[in-house]
Amino acid sequence: MACFLVPAAEAVITTVAAKMIKSGEKEETVSVCMPDGTVAEAVKTPFSTKLGWLNKLLWGGSALLAFEHVWHGEVVPYFPFLTAVKTGETSEMLAEMSSAGVMMAAIVTAVWAGMLGVSAVIERKSLRATASAKESAV
Amino acid sequence: MTLLTTVFAAIICTVVWYKNAPKSEMKVGILCWLFWGASLMWLIDAIFEYAELGAAYFTPAPADMLNDLFLGLSVVALGLIIWLVILLVTDPKGVIKSALFKKK
Repeated sequence: MACFLVPAAEAVITTVAAKMIKSGEKEETVSVCMPDGTVAEAVKTPFSTKLGWLNKLLWGGSALLAFEHVWHGEVVPYFPFLTAVKTGETSEMLAEMSSAGVMMAAIVTAVWAGMLGVSAVIERKSLRATASAKESAV
Repeated sequence: MTLLTTVFAAIICTVVWYKNAPKSEMKVGILCWLFWGASLMWLIDAIFEYAELGAAYFTPAPADMLNDLFLGLSVVALGLIIWLVILLVTDPKGVIKSALFKKK
């Protein structure tokens, strides 16, 4: 009915949050062992960029789901834009938004949190490998 | 069927992105985010539908399946159009710029 509005609303919030975080962020440079074995200075991916991953997932998914709703006639290009509101099924629509919509936003956020975890492990491993490579060189 | 079509599109785009990484001249990453985001959301839709229909979810009527495939392909086409617009507007290879400004 209008479940895509929940992840779209989250996307608005995270986009604003990413912009605010980015303005106060400082670049963090680290030494990293590259795949070819050389040690080079590299800029660590800032949190705002990682939050951008969530934004892209949410905006992308919401856009394609909005198209699906247009396809099924649940969203129309004239007021009130949502067929459920026009036909008096607002409570059913809100119930669907609070169940499927919230779950959609939650799964996308959970997958992003998983990506954050995996990237943190990869970063930590790379830094540890660089430190041990430097130690063995000395 | 829509979920399946989008998941396949997401997998193909991710493989193409990984093959060309770290270069991102074609901005294939945009397609990955688009299709994975939609796939995750449709997965939830599928779970809710499965909870309602049970095993009947896996045996849709041929007409419904065809309509869902048609929708899935349309979604992929829309995703590709969004990507193409972003690619041409950002113009990472400078192709549009060099087409507009020819050197003397």
